[in-house]
Amino acid sequence: MTTPSLVLELKQVCKHFPGVKALQDVDLRLFAGEVHALLGENGAGKSTLVKVMTGALAKSSGDIYFNGQNCSFASPAAAQQAGISTVYQEVNLLPNLSVAQNLFLGHEPRRFGLIQHQKMQQQAQQLLLRFKLNIDVSAPLAQYSVAVQQLIAIARGVAMSAKVLVLDEPTASLDSSEVQMLFDVMRQLREQGVAIVFITHFLDQVYQISDRITVLRNGSKVGEYLAADLPRARLIEAMLGKELQQLTHQAATTTPAVAEPLLVLNNIAVKGSISGISLTVAQGQAVGLAGLLGSGRTEVCRAVYGVDVLSQGEIQFGGKTLRLQQPADAIKAGIALCPEERKTEGIIGPLSIRENIMLARQARRGWWRYLPVKQQQQLAAFYIDKLHIATPDADKPIEQLSGGNQQKVILARWLAINPQLLILDEPTRGIDIGAHAEILLLIKSLCQQGMSLLVTSSELEELVAFAAKVVVLRDWQKVTELSGDTMTAPHIMQAIAEG
Amino acid sequence: MMSVRYLPLWITAALLCLLFGIGGWQFDGFASLAVVSNLFSDNAFLLIVALGMTLVIISGGIDLSVGAVIALSGVAVSLLISQYQWHPLLAFALILPVAALFGALMGVLIHVYKLQPFIVTLAGMFLARGLATTLSEESVAIDHSFYDAIAEFGFVLPGGGWVGASTMIFIVLLLLVIVLMHYSRFGTYVYALGGNSQSAELMGVPVARTTIAIYVLSSVLAALAGIVFTFYTFSGYALAGVGMELDAIAAVVIGGTLLTGGSGFVIGTVLGVLLMGVIQTYIIFDGSLSSWWTKIVIGLLLFGFIVLQKVLSRRTALTTAAGGTAHG
Amino acid sequence: MKQTQSCADSLQQARLARYSPGSIKTSARYLWPLAALMLLLAVNLVLDASFFQLSFQDGRLYGSLIDILNRSAPVALLAIGMSLVIATGGIDLSVGAVMAIAGAVCANLLLQTELPLVLVIAAGLATGIAAGLINGILVSYLKIQPIVATLLLMVAGRGVAQLINQGQIVTFQRPDFAWLGTGSWLGLPLPIWLVIGMFALSQLLLRRTALGLFIEAVGCNATASRYLGINDKAIKLFVYAFAGFCAALAGMISAADIQGSDANNAGLWLELDAILAVVIGGAVLSGGRFSLLLSVIGVLIIQSLSTTIIVSGLPAKFNLLIKALVVLLVLLLQSDKFRRQLSSWLRLRPQGAEL
Repeated sequence: MTTPSLVLELKQVCKHFPGVKALQDVDLRLFAGEVHALLGENGAGKSTLVKVMTGALAKSSGDIYFNGQNCSFASPAAAQQAGISTVYQEVNLLPNLSVAQNLFLGHEPRRFGLIQHQKMQQQAQQLLLRFKLNIDVSAPLAQYSVAVQQLIAIARGVAMSAKVLVLDEPTASLDSSEVQMLFDVMRQLREQGVAIVFITHFLDQVYQISDRITVLRNGSKVGEYLAADLPRARLIEAMLGKELQQLTHQAATTTPAVAEPLLVLNNIAVKGSISGISLTVAQGQAVGLAGLLGSGRTEVCRAVYGVDVLSQGEIQFGGKTLRLQQPADAIKAGIALCPEERKTEGIIGPLSIRENIMLARQARRGWWRYLPVKQQQQLAAFYIDKLHIATPDADKPIEQLSGGNQQKVILARWLAINPQLLILDEPTRGIDIGAHAEILLLIKSLCQQGMSLLVTSSELEELVAFAAKVVVLRDWQKVTELSGDTMTAPHIMQAIAEG
Repeated sequence: MMSVRYLPLWITAALLCLLFGIGGWQFDGFASLAVVSNLFSDNAFLLIVALGMTLVIISGGIDLSVGAVIALSGVAVSLLISQYQWHPLLAFALILPVAALFGALMGVLIHVYKLQPFIVTLAGMFLARGLATTLSEESVAIDHSFYDAIAEFGFVLPGGGWVGASTMIFIVLLLLVIVLMHYSRFGTYVYALGGNSQSAELMGVPVARTTIAIYVLSSVLAALAGIVFTFYTFSGYALAGVGMELDAIAAVVIGGTLLTGGSGFVIGTVLGVLLMGVIQTYIIFDGSLSSWWTKIVIGLLLFGFIVLQKVLSRRTALTTAAGGTAHG
Repeated sequence: MKQTQSCADSLQQARLARYSPGSIKTSARYLWPLAALMLLLAVNLVLDASFFQLSFQDGRLYGSLIDILNRSAPVALLAIGMSLVIATGGIDLSVGAVMAIAGAVCANLLLQTELPLVLVIAAGLATGIAAGLINGILVSYLKIQPIVATLLLMVAGRGVAQLINQGQIVTFQRPDFAWLGTGSWLGLPLPIWLVIGMFALSQLLLRRTALGLFIEAVGCNATASRYLGINDKAIKLFVYAFAGFCAALAGMISAADIQGSDANNAGLWLELDAILAVVIGGAVLSGGRFSLLLSVIGVLIIQSLSTTIIVSGLPAKFNLLIKALVVLLVLLLQSDKFRRQLSSWLRLRPQGAEL
């Protein structure tokens, strides 16, 4: 076996956004003819790294060597020209154009300046046959399943004579047979000497196909491993950040033994998403939802909050069955949610901190009974003080705050209406360390004050620290429920890894 | 199997035939080549404008300035011919590049400064209309032998039909635009922009160049329509073509083009204009129906087509999702 | 150790942000449109020394300023409604046609029935609300793009108005209704009072309740608003109905003004003026904060501009051209990229930009 040649090398690459260091001195080595898995939890910096690598974002510092030459790509088009093609998680093709047009956009075969549709379709057909796809290439892309679209996107990358193919979560929406189809193609490309960067959160798949693994956490590289040498447990450690041995078993906050159940999920399912999930949250109890990204954590939160309508099962809350059609119904019942996507679902950017805090209470009062400005100011001042929100005044637009402070404002919004159940979806994601600790303390104290909590987090030791029990999810289904002595980070990791 | 894509097109064509059939059955002389050729020659300027509008809308934009550009080009051409004694062809040769520049300006504002097409072309509408009024508030008559020659140019169809210069110009332009949209890279780029401009950019579509070219084309076609309009009226008037942008947009929608962009056919727009023309002709032939029914019927048609598009796009989304899960 | 470090960092950040340009925006919002209006009025004064003179005859004030206000009335009413629609990220193209429909309904009721004035007015307003509700349902429940949804009524509405009038210009002899357009009270023409009244009522309705805030929240981020319990669909429905109500009122003023209803020309293209006024007032078409006062100032700017052109002795035909150039300038000033280019050209970087 000859030593493979280095195709792409990243050295000390940094990417800073205002107030956030998304990438910190990241190295990456990519050899010809290998599948290189890029792993990390949500917010670890995978997608930023891909964007820097493929010219969609400019790096702040560091060097990128492609075929031994120092270069940086001005745009995805430039990277593509050089031979680096990217296939994104959401298929970035044009659903309104035909399959053939998508494959050859900008490179159509022409004669006298006119596109030769017939020839283009023949070439498209031949190209797709290499991927064992025999479909009508003149039909619009939108007619085909996501799996087929994914394969077409990859075929386009290959047709651009790619030397490096970046696959960003290509399997997220594929079923197992489709995944095998994709892997066959990947193996075939590997034989041809293409270097493939494979991003996924399915660890089984990592071990099936990858030769080498690079793990990122919080914008830094944790390490580069050969897949064959890295046991699964060590991989999860690397991703989640704590050495198993170092994790001491922390006792859960003791909750009253005879607490009434507040929330009961009875075998709930959402079409095209989670299924068969049952769990209970008792009065004043904190329940953790663990699982990797895409395991169904967020989907459970959304279902309980009425964002997604149930297709099956029922939700009981305080003894009554809830029929949730929209979040307003859940709020009325006494449920609140701090969403994972803070920017698009949580904050109302241009509005002030004061308004962002009072809006939920106002929405519950109705539009007619306006909270007097003085009371609004008092409310805002109270929570700015209590939660240590770092801001010079309450009338600043919330979008100017840092992530941690925004999260505190959203927490304040809900505390102001004192819900019975607070759902926190990744409450500490993308938050600087200082605010991180404060938010954890706050969650603990809420729990001690008797509020019921449903918390998802990829930081397991956080969950263990305050949850009375942890429900482990995998592939949109409940795997197990851990509590008492069995509820330790190692056990949870094991459950996540093996089911 | 008929593709869902062509369904709105078929519906428009069927409505057109149906209404034409009803008219022919009810009134003598309705189903004649004379009526058909009049449909084309009376609506030639609208047809030409609507070609450009189709491009703009397929790309996901909108152009409200076209009616005003028609007036501007009409007034400018008339003035050059009548007051400055230019030869008409020379006047045309001047006005078309000016219109191209005008369109390029709007395209730059939209692409470079990220302003919404709606508001940019609205300002463009005021600008063109303002320039036209500044040039002349009164209608300017054209008296030139070239125009007399144009008016007589053409050939007679059996049954009293007449194919004149305007119709021929339209047919040539229609063929050019069809070739452009379906046999050139530019055409594919237009569809790509309307489908998803971000994806298009990631796939290497030259977004800036394409956007600007689209608005240039729309303005040039509108200026051409203005010239054709002077063939029809023998004059240029600053208040000509008021509201024609709305007629053009309505024709595009009735022709099955999605107002959100990305899907549609030039030929559908032609059918849309013809359908609106047949409605008008029907109302004239009937005599007892008042002219306002045209507007109301067109409004209802628009509503019907928009709801149809909603239903169709939802159904496509559902079948795709089902395909995604049912596969394997 | 590390924690205190990052705490200090975030405090430092917050302190810096305090001096960033964002925090002075609120007062600056009012500065530019007001300055533009003042400038226009000052130009008028230079051109015509008697510009600010008011005379009092037959119990009513006369003068150029009163003229500007009076002529602005219909568009000002439309702009009040349009501000809310634009604040939710929508647009309403149909208000001109709704004006025509409301005028036609009132004119025909006045001509053909003996209904008391109050009921006629109520019928006119109800027509406007009904039209607005149609728009609102199309936008919020059928999820049709606002431009398209309101285009329907813009096209069909004028046909409906002509249908009601049977294609005629319907004139009526009812001094009490005509008073709405031509009368005066306490020295001011009634249309001005109607605008003042509508403005005050809307301001009360929107700012003394949470409605205004809900509208802004939905415009800024509809998803987040729904997540915190605001019924975003109902809010959208309301703003279109409100715009319809304002349009109906404007339609009645113009009908009263000419003592008749002209379905072809009543309110023609006024929707575009209203949209422009709101944009000149600094609103962003993608939705967000709104200010009724700024929109009304926008209307006054447009109206003063036409007056200035007349006063300056330039032929009225330059009116549209100058309006177009002003609009283009305002649009460019709203574009971030243009502002950045401008400041680098002028080498007048705002202080603190380096921070």
